[in-house]
Amino acid sequence: MTELGWISTAISTARPQAMGALLRYFRDLDAAEEAFQDACLRALNNWPKNGPPRDPAAWLIFVGRNSGIDAVRKRAKQAPLPEEDQISDLEDAETDIAERLDGAHYRDDILRLLFICCHPDLPATQQIAVALRIVSGLTVKQIARAFLVGESAMEQRITRAKARIADAGVPFETPGAVERSERLAAVAAMVYLIFNEGYSTNSGEAPARAPLCEEAIRLARLLLRLFQTEPEIMGLTALLLLQHARAPARFDENGEIVLLEDQDRGLWSRKMIDEGLALVDKALRHQKPGPYQVQAAIAALHARAAKPEDTDWTEIDLLYSLLEQMQPSPVVTLNRAVAVAKVRGPEAALAMIEPLEQRLSGYFHFFGLKGGLLMQLGRGEEARTAFDRAIALANTAAEAAHIRMHIDRLMKEGAAQGASRKAH
Amino acid sequence: MLYAILCYASEDVVCSWSKEQDEEVMTKLLGVQEKYAKAGRLGPVARLLPTTAATTLRKVKGESIVIDGPFAETKEQFLGFYTLECNDLDEAVDFARELSEVNPSGGSYEIRPVSVFNPTRVSA
Repeated sequence: MTELGWISTAISTARPQAMGALLRYFRDLDAAEEAFQDACLRALNNWPKNGPPRDPAAWLIFVGRNSGIDAVRKRAKQAPLPEEDQISDLEDAETDIAERLDGAHYRDDILRLLFICCHPDLPATQQIAVALRIVSGLTVKQIARAFLVGESAMEQRITRAKARIADAGVPFETPGAVERSERLAAVAAMVYLIFNEGYSTNSGEAPARAPLCEEAIRLARLLLRLFQTEPEIMGLTALLLLQHARAPARFDENGEIVLLEDQDRGLWSRKMIDEGLALVDKALRHQKPGPYQVQAAIAALHARAAKPEDTDWTEIDLLYSLLEQMQPSPVVTLNRAVAVAKVRGPEAALAMIEPLEQRLSGYFHFFGLKGGLLMQLGRGEEARTAFDRAIALANTAAEAAHIRMHIDRLMKEGAAQGASRKAH
Repeated sequence: MLYAILCYASEDVVCSWSKEQDEEVMTKLLGVQEKYAKAGRLGPVARLLPTTAATTLRKVKGESIVIDGPFAETKEQFLGFYTLECNDLDEAVDFARELSEVNPSGGSYEIRPVSVFNPTRVSA
């Protein structure tokens, strides 16, 4: 790695902690960002000359705070200055600040920084965009590319979101236990959204969106380091790792999606799977199950199966039924039906999904699964109707062609199964 | 004398490396090990998963308690180790220096002579 590469990694690693502390100090997002930006410029100038500091975050906080104070002073001489504005010896001050950044403080700083991005008035995509900008430090250009929109549109979106956040005011008081756990849940949900934004992608777009998945994993690991004993944060981190482990196998050479059962499992990232499985193990010991842990446990069962036919569908069915109780949703039931079809056959699965038709009438996966199940039961005409609905619900021509290809295969398989069923 | 070379670095930094950066560093580190392995001097080598995957068992008032996380919260974490047969400390220091030259993490290598060595075979 080049020296500049090393410095930019050190800066982005220190960013959440430094921004969190500067935000606590200035109580204003723009001021904190400006101060941090200034500290980074000085770091780029100073670190190659004097060597990297032992604690990059403390260095950036110290320098950022001083430059922020200067800026405030220039703008309004009469404004009351925060105390400790005169620290001459950088070396001492750095240690001093590092010491004051005790675990609890820095934990709440980072949590607050993430939490202000989850403002309930902001639509999910704006929460994500603003978190990537403020917490992760991605450039507007990088974010725009990941969201597949133009740079100026993204710039506007972020500016609007930041204005909303500023209007809402930043919650500065140190949170109590209940509030802290509420914030943690909101932040975890946002990290999951960031991941999904990168994961649920159409063919051809995967490379542009992969950074979103990687950033979400980085944030999840950060949260877990701050809250080491939270089983749901273990579950979240594990879930993201186990899903992202499959990334190299999810698309074929033409950029088309490869379904889970067709993926070359040799391409899955062993390292991520190992880490994910270790975290699932750790989380389950707590015996405090939650939605992320259950989903991670399901992903773990897929990861553990060397071949698709080794998959423990009985256990997956059980886990989905647990998830249905925790987070009732027709989509969860639909996913469960896939496992039910494997364990108890297509008839049971069909009975399970038929009541969902009204609520999932706009969801092409519903009709894809329904058609597949009907095919297996030898009800070809009804299957065709369901498949036609699925194709009609496709968003793009490419997606429709993709669905059609899978349907062709299902028809062949289903016809064979239906025939053997009738023969029995 | 068998030495253990213990690697400490900031896991935040190492975990922030891109896949390409990580692979580049690992390839270089492997390159350093190669000649020692060929000479039959290199023993077991391990890279550990992040400390977020760690669990610590601690005895409190005679009772074993399992705690999430690493043994201690530190700025730099124990990330892995090498074992190397050396004639003297100088040789062990040379090895560690070669490793540190290709490792941009800015961490440290602790060189500790091994007292008891029991290389049990496990199938990973």
